[in-house]
Order: sequence, then C-alpha cells, then structure tokens
Amino acid sequence: MLSNLRTLFGYRALIQSLVVRDLKARYRGSVLGFLWSFVNPLLLLLVYSFVFLVMPTTRTTVAGEASYPVLMFCGLLPWAWFSSSLLESATVLVSGGNLIRKVLFPAEVLPLVTVIAGLVNFCLGLPILFGFIVYFGVPIVWLDLLWLPVIVMVQLMLTLGLALLFSVLTVHFRDLRDLLANVLTLWFFATPILYKLSNVAALSPKARDVMMLNPFAQLAVAYQQVLYEPGSFTGWGYLLAVGVASMLVLIFGYFVFDRLRDTLAEAV
Amino acid sequence: MTAIEVNDVRKIYRRYGRRRHFGTLKSALLTGRFLRDLRPDDVLEALKGVSFNVEAGRTFGIIGRNGSGKSTMLKLIAGIGKPTSGTVKVRGRISALIELGAGFHPEISGRENVFINGMMLGLTKRAIADRFDEIVSFAELEEFIDAPVKTYSSGMYMRLGFAVAINVDPDVLLVDEVLAVGDQGFTHKCLDKFAEFRRRGRTVLIVTHSLDMVTRFCDEALWLDSGRPRAQGDPQRVIDAYLGEVARSEQETQPAVAQALTREVAIVSTKLLGSDGLPASAIVSGDRVSIAASLRAQRPVNDVVISFAIFNADGVRCCAMHTSGGEGPGIELDGEGTISCVIDRLDLVAGSYTMDLTAHRQDGTLYDESHRCTFTVTSRTRDSGVFNPSHRWAFAGGFKTAGAADPSETRPVS
Repeated sequence: MLSNLRTLFGYRALIQSLVVRDLKARYRGSVLGFLWSFVNPLLLLLVYSFVFLVMPTTRTTVAGEASYPVLMFCGLLPWAWFSSSLLESATVLVSGGNLIRKVLFPAEVLPLVTVIAGLVNFCLGLPILFGFIVYFGVPIVWLDLLWLPVIVMVQLMLTLGLALLFSVLTVHFRDLRDLLANVLTLWFFATPILYKLSNVAALSPKARDVMMLNPFAQLAVAYQQVLYEPGSFTGWGYLLAVGVASMLVLIFGYFVFDRLRDTLAEAV
Repeated sequence: MTAIEVNDVRKIYRRYGRRRHFGTLKSALLTGRFLRDLRPDDVLEALKGVSFNVEAGRTFGIIGRNGSGKSTMLKLIAGIGKPTSGTVKVRGRISALIELGAGFHPEISGRENVFINGMMLGLTKRAIADRFDEIVSFAELEEFIDAPVKTYSSGMYMRLGFAVAINVDPDVLLVDEVLAVGDQGFTHKCLDKFAEFRRRGRTVLIVTHSLDMVTRFCDEALWLDSGRPRAQGDPQRVIDAYLGEVARSEQETQPAVAQALTREVAIVSTKLLGSDGLPASAIVSGDRVSIAASLRAQRPVNDVVISFAIFNADGVRCCAMHTSGGEGPGIELDGEGTISCVIDRLDLVAGSYTMDLTAHRQDGTLYDESHRCTFTVTSRTRDSGVFNPSHRWAFAGGFKTAGAADPSETRPVS
C-alpha cells in the first residue's frame, strides 16, 4: 500500500495536468466558459432561494433571517463538491475503461482527479461566498476563518475515501450509480444545509443526536459556524472526531480499491 | 541479461452469465447469495502455462491464431492485469503500444494531450517538453497540434498516439499489431524507428499476424496455440511450423467441394515426387521435383486442360503451369490417364508451400480440383523473397571474404 502511494506521488504532475484538463474540458465550447464555475453555484443558490424563501408551501422557519442565502451558500458550496465528486467517481472508472485496459497507470488517479477538480471548483466558489457575506453584512472573524482549511481538509479525506470506494464498487455493481444519486438526494436533505441544526434541536433533541451521526452534518455545521455565525465556533471536538472518522473512511476506501485493483482491467 | 522473464504463466478469465452481469447488486442483496453470485459461471483459460525469456536487446515475436492468448500475454508483460499463477518479470521501463492514443481527451488540444499521454506513459513534464518538437514532427502534425483532438482524423489521432508512445524511450517496447495506422510513408517511419530501437540495444516484443514482420525484424519467435507454446526459436522455423498447422487445419475444415464441379473428369490422385521419384513432403531448394496426377473421365472428352499452381505461405502464387501453355486446344482423355510434370530445378526460397492441381475445360469451367498438397522447402542459405535462383558470387581485387585468413585462399561462395 505504501509503495502504491509512492508510485501515486510520482504521478502528481499527471494528476495536476488531468485536473487542469478536467476543468478546461468541462466548459469548452460554452459561451460563458470558465465563468460557469462561478455561475453554477449562483444559479443553484437562486433555485433554493426561490424554493425556501418565495414558495409559500416550503418556506422554512429560518426564512426570517435576512442573511438566509449566506447560510444556504455555506452548506451548498461544500455539498456541491461532495456530491458531484461522488457521482462522477461512480462513473469515472467505467468511462475511463479504455485507459485502464490499455495503459499501465494507477487507476486511483481517476477518482482522485475528480475529487481534486471538485475542490478547485469549490475554491473558485469561495470568493462568491465571501461576496455574499460582505453584501449581507455578516461579520467576519479572522480567527474562525483559520479553521476553514482544516474543515476543507477533513472534507477532502471523507470525499476521497468515499470516492475511491464507490468508484471501484461501481465497476462491479453498476446499480450503485443510480442508487447513489438517490441516496445523495436524501443525504442532502438530512444534512443541515438549508436549515440550522439548532432548528432541529428545538423541535426534537433526539433527531438532532441522530443527525450528528452523519459526518457531513458535522462538516456543514462547522462551515456554518465558521462562516455564518462567526465567533461561535466551538465544534473542534466534533471536528476532530469527524477528522478521525474521515481518515478511517479514506484508509478503508483505499484498502478496498487496492484489493479490487487487479480486477479492474477485466471488469470495466 | 534477461529483459523479460515469463515463468509458467497461467491466466484464467472468469465469465459471468448474462443474467448476473446486470443487476448483480440487487440479486446479491435480495437473495443474500452474495458470494455464490460472485462465483463465475465458466472459466476461460487464456494462457495454460507459458514460459519464455527474452534476452535484452533482442526482438521477439509472438504469433498465433486469434484467441491463442497473444494479446493476453502482452498485457501481462505490460503489467495491465496479473497472471493467475506464475510470474512475469521485466527489467527496465516498459512502453506498450497496445492502443494508440488511449486516453486522449477529444475536447483539448493535441499539445495538451501529448503532455498528458506522455505523463501517463511515465515521462516527466520536462522530458516531454524536450521531445515535444520531435514528437510533433514525427506525427506530421505541426499545423494541427493546437487544434482539439476531436477534429483530428483517425489517422492523425493514431499517428500522434504512436509518436508519443515511441518517444517514451523505453527499455522494453511492447507492440500489439498497431502498425496499420498510416500511409506507406508513415509505416516506413515506424519500422525505421523499430530498427533504431534494435540498434540501440533495446528489447522489443511484437505480437502480430504479419508473419513477414516477424521474419524481417525478429531474432526469435514464439508460436502460441490456444494458450500453450507450440514452438519457439528461429523465426523462420517457427513460422513454417505455424503455417503447416494452419494449412492442415484448413484442409480438415474445408467443405468437401465448394464449387459446383462437373466431375466429368475427376482427379483421382495428386502427388509431389522428390528427386528420387518418391512422394515427398520436404524438398531442398533447387532440387528436381515432379508432379504426378491420375485422372479419370466418365465419358470421352477432348478439351481437358490440366494446370497447377504453387502458393507460398502468404498466399502468393509463385508459379502456375498449364498443359496447353495457356492457349491451344485441350487434350483428349478417354477413361483413365496419368500425367506428370517435371520441374528441373524448383528454386523456391525456404518456407512452406501448397500446390493445387485442377482439371478444367478450355473455357475455364472446372472439371475437378485436387486436394492441396502441402510441402516445405528447405535451403542451405537464408534467402528471403519468393524464389531463389541458382547463383554464385565472385570476388576479385582487394575483397577479403569472412573467415578466410589469406586473401589468396578466397573461395567462391555459392
């Protein structure tokens, strides 16, 4: 496993180029081109703002807060990275099958590139988020912002671990791809992204405890506390726990990937 | 030093039933027969214990019919896939020309694809930058290198893929039947590149159906037959053995009579006789041979033309002879008759050949055709081509022939 990691390190230039290619190729041929990296999260935000601020039937309890879009954006941006990485990973080995069957190179490069490209998109979305924060007058506490890279790192480990796991399993069970899409939708609504955990806790403390078992809920709360409710960040204990769990997920995902590596060339 | 070491390699592919191929997870979860469902329906043993070594600096060819395990062997050597049992060891950097341009992304430019493809094959960014111009000029794509690859023709695509792969400068180059990628000029360039590889002492392993390429390039050949090695060694010898087998099995599987033959005149037997007048299946180049046949006419006919042709292993018609010399009236035949044709010197190059004898009318309507006679020609010299005319060399003046210590003792070499 360690020698595999060393080989992987040797391919870092390739990974870098593939990430650049991924980002370039994604918007090639569109009018807005690279701007889509910024426009996409904005449009997404618009959709959810419409549903939860305008539509009378689904207006949420937190809609009263004037800076609600910032709250949503804090969670939407990392979620977009998380879910698109997992969905794309689920197909990346199958669609890159030609490479795996014909060229000798470590297959984990493909899901890795997907996740990193998602991270780059996430980082490109951050300026917009900060624009919102400034526009809505949410105060910024610089000390809290120092936590942001830590949270991002934890999310990276979690996403990468799951991406490795799903990418290799989908090769053998193509059903996972469709299953995953729906599971992710459920996961999205079960995560405090469109609402705050405190809203849930106020209604049912038990539900809150169950929700906290969801690692992404912890991450979303951390993002909210750091970006939306500055000065309130107290969750570093939780963050540590999620960090350890994400590490384990990553190790497990890589382990499974490594075990099934030799079957890839035949199964894709 | 051994560059490639293949030791008792077996490769078993598992085949899953169609039903299980789709919806595996559902059935696995619902019925709880997870492990049972993962068990294959059927196994296919692609390689059944293959061992061989390739010395560094040699060019090694693997031949065999479709499905004999050639490409599987190549993939195992390339490290794509692991043998089920046995070991494969390769010393040095490998580059495999299995599929050219695998991994090119259609939306981005040729330039970016060269870098990414090169890095996938194990080059550093700097190394690619150093060789970039060479790669582009080899692929003859100077004008188009900044256009997206999706606008390339398939030939351009392949050329670029080949140029990148060959410029990886590997110690061991694996080639899987990929040379049909360009016009004649480009093919020659590829072959030149192979020759250059050999000169620089690199190891090359070729999997191909082009037997001609094996004779021209390889120092050694291996014939795989349904996953087992059948012959290994001198390319010509291996190819002859392979072709002999192909001809034999073709004969067995041939339908009795393909064409509607009138059979008014039937060929009863056809024989190839050696210089001693006895039936022969192996002859020495330059020997006297004769072809003898006996025929029977069901009713008297007066327009029989008997002809035979000799084909070499590539299917080239080396010669064809007619009783009428191609013109003139046919011969009369009443009842049974025998004919023979003597060839004083059969100056064919070493190889395996087949001979076909037919009886037909003046207008070409077939009466009958014989089963093919297969024979091999051996030669004391290693000539290639189609025929090996009787010849001798003479040297005069300052020439010194190899092995002769004293020029005055120069012998004429025949």
